[in-house]
Amino acid sequence: MNRSTIAIAKRWGYHGIDALKKASPGYFMIMGFFALLTLIGAVVGVHGMITGYHHVYNVSREISWGILISAYVFCVVTSTGLCIISSIGHVFGGEAFMPIAKRAVFMSIIFILGGFCIIFFDIENPFRMAIYNVISPNLSSNMWWMGTLYGAYLVFMIIEYYFLLEQNHSLSRLMGFFGLVVGIAAHSNLGAVFGMLHGRPFWYGPYLPIYFIFSAGMSGGCAILFVTTLAWKINPSIMNLRMERAMKAVCQVTIFLISTIIFFTIWKIVTGMVSHDKSLVIMSMINGDYSVNFWVFDIFFGMVLPLFLLFLSRGTNYNMILWATGLMMIGIFFMRYDIVIPGQMVSVYHALGVEEGLEIIKYKPSFHEIMATLFGLSFIGFAYLAGEKMLNGHQLEKHEIVPEGGYICPGCGAIHFMQEGESEQDAMKRQHNIW
Amino acid sequence: MNFLKIDLERLKNEGTSTVTSKERRNFLKLGLAITGVYAGGKILSLSSTFGVAHASGTDFVEKYPYNPHYSMVIRQSLCIDCEKCVDACNKTNHVPKYGYRTRILTRKYQGQLDKKVEFIPVLCNHCNDAPCVRACPTKATYKDAVTGIVRMNSKKCIGCKTCMLACPYDARYFSAERHAVDKCDFCWEERLSKGETQTGCSSACPTGARTFGNLTDPNNIVFKLVHQLEESVWVLRPEDGTKPNIFYMKGNMLSVDNILKGQKFIYSGPSGS
Repeated sequence: MNRSTIAIAKRWGYHGIDALKKASPGYFMIMGFFALLTLIGAVVGVHGMITGYHHVYNVSREISWGILISAYVFCVVTSTGLCIISSIGHVFGGEAFMPIAKRAVFMSIIFILGGFCIIFFDIENPFRMAIYNVISPNLSSNMWWMGTLYGAYLVFMIIEYYFLLEQNHSLSRLMGFFGLVVGIAAHSNLGAVFGMLHGRPFWYGPYLPIYFIFSAGMSGGCAILFVTTLAWKINPSIMNLRMERAMKAVCQVTIFLISTIIFFTIWKIVTGMVSHDKSLVIMSMINGDYSVNFWVFDIFFGMVLPLFLLFLSRGTNYNMILWATGLMMIGIFFMRYDIVIPGQMVSVYHALGVEEGLEIIKYKPSFHEIMATLFGLSFIGFAYLAGEKMLNGHQLEKHEIVPEGGYICPGCGAIHFMQEGESEQDAMKRQHNIW
Repeated sequence: MNFLKIDLERLKNEGTSTVTSKERRNFLKLGLAITGVYAGGKILSLSSTFGVAHASGTDFVEKYPYNPHYSMVIRQSLCIDCEKCVDACNKTNHVPKYGYRTRILTRKYQGQLDKKVEFIPVLCNHCNDAPCVRACPTKATYKDAVTGIVRMNSKKCIGCKTCMLACPYDARYFSAERHAVDKCDFCWEERLSKGETQTGCSSACPTGARTFGNLTDPNNIVFKLVHQLEESVWVLRPEDGTKPNIFYMKGNMLSVDNILKGQKFIYSGPSGS
């Protein structure tokens, strides 16, 4: 490596492939498992693409969006959520949240890439999308806005991450702000993709765009707690005083957001029960086909148990937080599934009273669909584990080591670098003088 | 300027005994007309006259937005579920086995004296405010500017399937052969553009349940069936506000025959006038 590469590596805290080599055999096995699953998922997905999705996927004319769309929603919700929660710190200046920024932004990029992996195997002609999204845009289509804004979001997040690594707080903050605005616009548009469909009463209305934003916050808080406590299991030294304070703060926000989503869910159910169009779906969740999904995963693992455990942990019992948020991630995956599929299972001709529209339409994901989903999800797992090692737990250096020419900022607690002839105070002014 | 001063509080109630039956009838008619206008939704507003396009669901427009404005009137009672229309459609448009552009729904009744079952043919409604057209990210589906037919530009379709879910009539399916979503185009590609005047389904229908035509032409059967007061005409899912162009009526009454033959009605009141 030449000198400039070494300097970048030092500045970025990049430990390279060497760090991976030093990992324990167990770590390698888990990473290998995810890598293998990613590969198998991709192979099965390509097989489905060649065979024709209509032969291998269980989606139908009526239920056109299956587990792939719900998994995509899961990924982009989590990505947006990571962006929202981490922006409290490095965009809006909430000091306690600052230490989580690097890992959160990194995972936000990984999650959206995972989402794109999954949607690649859902869109029938992904290559046409690249062309006609640009040369034939339909500005009244939420789908167009969602895709375009998420593309812009990814770009902003990558630039923001670069500036975070470069310790350029002004620009990372600016990019973080743009990323947040575009991310929220994209995400509420995703809600509107569902919310603006006539004839789908379970989705129709302003509920979903609003719910998606709050739900993203909840998912983001959960994801940060999960990936940070998991990183703590991998390398306990990532936890320091600043990080401990951040964990407490994220824990509090997550508790608040879970409560909000519980409130949302209660009213969704109660209002749905008195609506003729929605009650069929609501009842299938309460005591029908989707009751296990709803009560066990959405409600218990997704909200009630983590709420209780996070309270109990007081933001300091990391093992408990790890369990709570790990189960919550699974619960949230089901929550997304239970928005996407049930929204389609009542025929548009149900109210007409015809024989063809009386029954609830059934859907079970096929092997190919599950594998294509695992392709994206295991890519996220693999990238996370690789990132923890190669980027040294997303620290600049071990917290007690301050690199040459740097100092710990008394304001934000991060490590800043002084330019030549600059005093520490001048450097701090430069780093934080943004607006 | 002086106004006539009426002290309402001191006025004596005249009661209803002095109101003539003619006045009452006029009042009721007025009420019915207003109800007809505002009821919207289920039944077309029938108080309006010739040439005014109240046909598209609930909203009034001064004239039909397209010319020829293609439309189909389905006379539900004439449908016998022979499925010849479905076969003709599949054959004409090369619809694969797993898909369909049109189908016939069955509604069963219990306790009715005249009928136990009713058949309802459904197809793309070629809505004036088509939700599928709004939802498509790449304008692969669009309203034909001349005819108002909702058509597909298959090469632009990315296969996101949003249009399939946006359609409140379940009129779309993904065709693996076309690598695009496929739907009814009123046989534009296979018949109308080649000079034919009927769609595959309407020409195959042995009972005349499906009548296809041009809403802007006062001599067209479709125009006559929609612009009459005697039988109610409705559209499916009017609450979605999509302004569909497929109209439904029972269509088995003598009055419809009269209309089609150009006969006027003769009413006989109590006085024999």
